Amino acid sequence: MTLTTTAGTHSDPGGGRRRTSPTWVRSMRYWMYQYKRTWRGSITTSFLYPVLYLAAMGLGLGSLVKHPVDGVRYLDFLAPGLLASTAMQIGGNESMYPVMAAIKWLRTYFAMLATPLTVIDVLVGHLVWIAVRLVMVTSIYLVIMAAFGTVHSVLAVLAVPVGVLTGLAFAAPIAAFAAAQQNDTGFSTIYRFGLIPLFLFSGTFFPIAQLPGWLQPIAQATPLYHGVALVRGLVLGHVDLAATAAHLGYLVGLTALGFVAAMHTYRRRLVT
Amino acid sequence: MVARGLTKRFGNFVAVDAIDFEIGRGESYGLLGPNGAGKTSTMRMIACMSPVSDGTLQVLGLDPAHDGSRIRGRIGIVPQEDTLDLELTVLDNLMVYGRYFDLPRRVIRERAAQLLDFTQLSDRAYDKVDPLSGGMKRRLTIARSLISDPEILILDEPTTGLDPQARHLLWDRLYRLKQQGVTQIITTHYMDEAEQLCDRLAVMDGGRFAAEGSPSELIAQYSNREVLELRFRDPDTDTAEVAARLSGLAQRFEALPDRLLLYTDDGEAALAEVHRLGLRPESALVRRSTLEDVFLRLTGRSLVD
Repeated sequence: MTLTTTAGTHSDPGGGRRRTSPTWVRSMRYWMYQYKRTWRGSITTSFLYPVLYLAAMGLGLGSLVKHPVDGVRYLDFLAPGLLASTAMQIGGNESMYPVMAAIKWLRTYFAMLATPLTVIDVLVGHLVWIAVRLVMVTSIYLVIMAAFGTVHSVLAVLAVPVGVLTGLAFAAPIAAFAAAQQNDTGFSTIYRFGLIPLFLFSGTFFPIAQLPGWLQPIAQATPLYHGVALVRGLVLGHVDLAATAAHLGYLVGLTALGFVAAMHTYRRRLVT
Repeated sequence: MVARGLTKRFGNFVAVDAIDFEIGRGESYGLLGPNGAGKTSTMRMIACMSPVSDGTLQVLGLDPAHDGSRIRGRIGIVPQEDTLDLELTVLDNLMVYGRYFDLPRRVIRERAAQLLDFTQLSDRAYDKVDPLSGGMKRRLTIARSLISDPEILILDEPTTGLDPQARHLLWDRLYRLKQQGVTQIITTHYMDEAEQLCDRLAVMDGGRFAAEGSPSELIAQYSNREVLELRFRDPDTDTAEVAARLSGLAQRFEALPDRLLLYTDDGEAALAEVHRLGLRPESALVRRSTLEDVFLRLTGRSLVD
């Protein structure tokens, strides 16, 4: 028996003309294989949640809101905020336990690092996968929003890339944090003091002008506020260029900062 | 593969202290040593998974500091702790891993079929990894390390925790790989394993090489041909005092709490002399000197951790 019959030579395992895939693509494929196990449930959830939220909060609770909110129906006000909040939650979820598992429980990152992949490939591949998930979830959200009649501008298609950016603005710094943790207790702190308060107070359910004056700048400093404002402007067709640039700059900056921090914590944890 | 003054430091702790070695193509090289001797650190540097702190290292003629990714593309690694994905199937584990090397799916499928046959896992190909036995997981890890058709195989304690059947199956497979010209670097705690698998080995202690050579060379150099083991029932027996009475019977004595070991070239003759002197040990055993005797002599009997 020989183990090399089909494979060509050592240096040319692909057999010649094939183009090689970038190394970060190879690490992203792992997460695709993982997802193959659970995609049915995941896709169902992605359809179900927007329907439930928009029906209960938008139609049900919204029927009690007689006044326009920021000049539009409550349902129209709420829907884009929920899209951005969902992007935040996906970004957070996918960069906490999966990162810890890849370091401690399944040790997937270490398996990758025993191959031609490097720490950058491991990190970029994972973040790109999270971006793919964000595209899926926000696209589905947008379709459901359209079905509820809450999409008022063709610019709304840009809510998908903005949703991806919002999710990554959470995923990158949280992945940096997760890679520095010895156990998962810090994650419940992130949910309790980070993601849940942001979900409730960053302008998703009511304009932050309703907050006490001293809380407003704090709400405006959170990343979700900028994501919500961007998505809402695009979906409703009210886009102010200067504000958009500021929101985008904030989210891009936070993502970049998170990425640099993650490079640092990943290296410290994975290369010893 | 050539190392000169190879050193690994973690903060102030020196895990590997300026070791030199050369390993040729197709050779099976073993690293032995107690826990904490620096074996795994050495292996991880060779595998380009851990940066070299000092000294030089060349693997396949390349420098791990610059060509780590290229080198890893040509070696297979069996880590001490399995890094299998427990939720994926046996076949998907091979598929995912092969894709890290950018092998086409068709090639991986063909090789996976051969490797699962080679490691006797073919009938579990579509089962999840989680419920597999430890031996099966270890075999899968080895199959996985071979998916890229490596020139060098790095095995960190490949058979720890396996039952004798699984160990012998693995030895057989590793021997066949050696026949195919795959260079192997192995750490192990089992001396019989080292004796079976390795052309040459190094005994590490405290980050340094205490000795290096073929198994038979090491036994010849650091032990005598035979060992006479005398066991005494009476707990008050002073084995050191007995040893003093027997001096001249053996080249080296080792006095343990209830045992006396005599390292000699003729164990039977020494035993006859013991009886002639009127000593009545509870039991006496003459056996050939083994690598374990060399190991214990070089690294001591006290527990490390």
